[in-house]
Amino acid sequence: MIRYELLDLLKPTLTEELVVCNIGSPSQELHALDDQPSNFYMLGTMGLASSIGLGLAMATDKKVIAIDGDGSVLTNLGTLATIGNNPCDNFILLIVDNGSYGSTGDQPTYTGGRTSLAKVAEACGCENVVECSAEETPEALRAALDANRMTVIVSKCESGNVKCPVITMNPITIRERFMREVAR
Amino acid sequence: MAREIDRQIIGDLRDNGIDFVTSVPCKQLAGVIELVDQTDGILHVPCNKEDEGMGLCAGAYMGGMRPLIMMQNTALGVTLNSLATLIQFYQIPLPMLISYRGEVGEPVACQVEMALHTKALLAQFHIPTYHFHKAEDVAELPGILQHTQMCSKPTAILTDASFWGSAK
Ligand SMILES: Cc1ncc(C[n+]2csc(CCOP(=O)(O)OP(=O)(O)O)c2C)c(N)n1
Ligand SMILES: [Mg+2]
Repeated sequence: MIRYELLDLLKPTLTEELVVCNIGSPSQELHALDDQPSNFYMLGTMGLASSIGLGLAMATDKKVIAIDGDGSVLTNLGTLATIGNNPCDNFILLIVDNGSYGSTGDQPTYTGGRTSLAKVAEACGCENVVECSAEETPEALRAALDANRMTVIVSKCESGNVKCPVITMNPITIRERFMREVAR
Repeated sequence: MAREIDRQIIGDLRDNGIDFVTSVPCKQLAGVIELVDQTDGILHVPCNKEDEGMGLCAGAYMGGMRPLIMMQNTALGVTLNSLATLIQFYQIPLPMLISYRGEVGEPVACQVEMALHTKALLAQFHIPTYHFHKAEDVAELPGILQHTQMCSKPTAILTDASFWGSAK
């Protein structure tokens, strides 16, 4: 199962929650599948989805899901230590781990090799870390939301992207409609 | 050890609504960082790298808080992409309290190398920049914090060795 199919499966679960979505194909696919004001699309800045999500979760009581990628977490690996040491029970980090830099042509990342982000997250102090298949991810996400505990989900997917239009929405529009959702 | 100047800076931050601070330490910022950690009404979340910190600040802002980052000028190198594609692109107000290492009074030669590029990079990125050189320059801080919110931009407050040395 590739990222697009996973996001499609997650659609019924992503309703009330605030979603911060990773740069490139992840945001484009989510936007094409299920555009909502509660989605914050990153149009650049690879690596910071988990940090934006954590900062947001610290500032709001609403549930926040950061949909990140393995390559992006690897480039900002310190984020897992910050998350592990600042647990926010309204925060879920969902890492779509397809073992590749999907957006740029599926070049392999080290998570497809010897590196386990779940183990890194645990070693960084994250208490609830779940590694699961893409198929199991909706259930894992539902369980994490119901548990009201900060959770890191590493969802093992296949590499691959579905061609979706580039997001042309103005960044200020994305931010302002998202902030209205946060304040609602 | 926090000093009078550190107390004044933290007081100005509080008075101007700053309630979220992230930081990577610098010797010159040790006093403000120590204080901010103990300040009620300001959540201090240390980050590991300053671009990560800008992500935290962007999230906190969208959640309704008023963030500020404390960092060394050497961190400009790792934050330029985040400044352009996140903070500026999405128009997020972000005051940056920056220790301006490598200016007169600097004991470490290597620090001079990034000091040479600091103002040029900030100017190239169209970041409003304020330079605190004497203790009394701190009086500009409240105005700068308000200006940052007004224009929804990142702003840089450079604090050099003479500033910290002349302050009480
Ligand atoms: C600093 C920087 N380097 C490289 C890129 C190019 N880039 C954009 S998305 C991406 C891949 C991210 O991979 P991952 O987080 O695993 O997400 P995936 O697309 O695989 O879901 C890369 C390398 C970039 N945007 N910024
Ligand atoms: Mg990937």
